[in-house]
Amino acid sequence: MIPSVPKFPLAHGIDVALDWLTHNFSWLTQALSHAISAVIDAIVAGLLFVPPWLLIIIVAAVGWRVAGRRVGIFTALGLLFLWNLRLWQPTVETFTLVLISTLIAVAIGLPLGIAAALNKRTSRIVMPVLDFMQTMPAFVYLIPAIPFFGLGAVSASVATVIFSTPPTIRLTALGIRQVPGDLIEAADAFGSSRKQKLFKVQLPMAVPTIMAGINQTIMLALSMVVIAAMIGAGGLGGEVWEAIQRLEPGKGFESGIAIVILAMILDRITQRIGRDSKVASAH
Amino acid sequence: MAKIKVEKLTKIFGPHPEQGLRMLDEGKSNADIRETGQAVGIADVSFEVEEGEFLVVMGLSGSGKSTLIRCLNRLNEPTRGHIFIDGDDITRLDRQALLKLRQTKISMVFQHFALFPHRTVVDNAAYGLEVQGLDADERRRRANEALELVGLDGWADSYPGQLSGGMQQRVGLARALAVEPDILLMDEAFSALDPLIRRDMQHEMMQLQQRVKKTIVFITHDLDEALQVGDRIVLMKDGRVVQIGTPEEILNNPANAYVERFVENVDMSRVLTAQSVLQRARVVAFPNDGPRTVLRKMADENYASLLVVNRDYTLVGSISAEVASKAVKDGVEHIESLVEETPSVTPSESLMNVIGILADWRWLLPVVDENNKVLGVVTRAGVLTALAENNDTSDSEAERSDAA
Ligand SMILES: Nc1ncnc2c1ncn2[C@@H]1O[C@H](COP(=O)(O)OP(=O)(O)OP(=O)(O)O)[C@@H](O)[C@H]1O
Ligand SMILES: [Mg+2]
Repeated sequence: MIPSVPKFPLAHGIDVALDWLTHNFSWLTQALSHAISAVIDAIVAGLLFVPPWLLIIIVAAVGWRVAGRRVGIFTALGLLFLWNLRLWQPTVETFTLVLISTLIAVAIGLPLGIAAALNKRTSRIVMPVLDFMQTMPAFVYLIPAIPFFGLGAVSASVATVIFSTPPTIRLTALGIRQVPGDLIEAADAFGSSRKQKLFKVQLPMAVPTIMAGINQTIMLALSMVVIAAMIGAGGLGGEVWEAIQRLEPGKGFESGIAIVILAMILDRITQRIGRDSKVASAH
Repeated sequence: MAKIKVEKLTKIFGPHPEQGLRMLDEGKSNADIRETGQAVGIADVSFEVEEGEFLVVMGLSGSGKSTLIRCLNRLNEPTRGHIFIDGDDITRLDRQALLKLRQTKISMVFQHFALFPHRTVVDNAAYGLEVQGLDADERRRRANEALELVGLDGWADSYPGQLSGGMQQRVGLARALAVEPDILLMDEAFSALDPLIRRDMQHEMMQLQQRVKKTIVFITHDLDEALQVGDRIVLMKDGRVVQIGTPEEILNNPANAYVERFVENVDMSRVLTAQSVLQRARVVAFPNDGPRTVLRKMADENYASLLVVNRDYTLVGSISAEVASKAVKDGVEHIESLVEETPSVTPSESLMNVIGILADWRWLLPVVDENNKVLGVVTRAGVLTALAENNDTSDSEAERSDAA
């Protein structure tokens, strides 16, 4: 037994740091919180304003266009089923959170991924951070999010962004680094500037890989949004959470199946985007 | 002034190129330098390329061909030495000027085509123009012109993945030609094509060159290809130039055993030209000679026929001994009406083609200049002797190198 070695005060240190950050930056995070929550509310309200049948037709049509007839039909049937289960509103709420989180994740992840691909030093800093972000159990992010952004959807989306951005960063970097050397050389030989090379060759060539990253980001975002129900994010996760607390297995499974259906629809549609490009078929 | 002038160009790869340079100057071998972690790409290479010349760079794998050609547009940054293009030292250009040079003056064609798979054929061909910032209509027009030049009109909206290898390389060529560069760099541009397509491409390249008159630096490790397309050949070994010369010079006077080994398996009839087997026409007939005179001239030189020329030595035709003796019997006064039409070749005609003509033509074959003036004759015996001699030398050389 070695009781004499004192415990390293890791938890205390983190708490102190977070307190300090909360104290000094809460004005910023509060403002951000208001802005994000306004956007989320507006989108939810807008989507609920559209009659469900119309929205179902639109989404199914998009699915058909992007991913073919089978996905289109599956989308229509799946969403009709959700509507029938009286889960339309939580579905819309969950979808909105996933949408917002994914947009933010891509807005952060794409440039970071590009920077990491083009610059060794950036890559050396970013990659270990990503490992850390991804291996940390997801709901740990929820705890510090609350003091910054309060209970609710905003905290949920912030934690979701942190949890779901890494695949976009990773696969963007990978996609760019994978561009064959002789194509880079051809671009150079014709006098392309760095910017021209990036936008005319590297990014277009990386599209399928980047899309795979975004698809993963969406899937992670969905799983996190569900977990975030614990801090009052509402949506389908909220239904599950309620069912747990009231010990209602039937209701719990209903919501669980709804999440699976939503996940499959999002996955099938986004998986196809970029896959049909000439770059993908050339490999 | 030479279009391209390369002066003592050296490229050392590795983290400490200065160290490699120092060791080079001390006369250390490439292997010694490699032990320090540097690699000699090319060392002290100098040569010139004239405007409109088709220069072939040849050598075994690792001899520095790619390094050399990539220095010419500074995809490889030279470690030491100079490259002058139109008299300007391009090793001193800043980045902007370098991009400009690559956009407008020098284009490159790649061994494995390096086409952009996400762009249509016409957008590939237009890539250089797009980088220059030309507007879409102009780009498309010029890219289509280039595609037409390489025989790919009608494929503009296909994707590279839908084309065969030969067609893809034509796109590569069109992409290089579209910017209307002065200089084309081609690194083993035809090596990835199968032999038949490759022969076609070589042939078309030469015809194309007749029309566009670019200065071309062309890499190959295939001697037959080099001889087919090259005006002059630069032979490299271990990053150094071993010999520079016309195909004939290199074949007839290999500078050392390395070159000899390179050239020993060549089909000489493709390399030698009519010029190399040209003999002086010791006697000729004139249209107003009488048949008796003609017969006597033939007898003197032991010819079975004579060329008939005008006083200024322009070719009229030939007359055979048979015809001449019949004319004597018939009492013909001048041979003018008896002259037979005669094929002729220019001095640069390959021996292979000369042999083809001699298969059907039994008599003296005249070699004429562009004004149809007779420079000399080629005989069957002369051709056979030349081929036999060249085979002899390469055989004996092979024996010598085997013995060594
Ligand atoms: N990027 C590089 N880093 C280190 N060494 C290099 C590099 N590129 C070329 N070399 C070395 O330089 C020498 C010349 O190579 P180069 O590619 O120019 O030869 P090559 O004549 O084009 O050969 P091949 O016929 O195989 O294409 C070789 O010894 C090679 O190992
Ligand atoms: Mg090479």
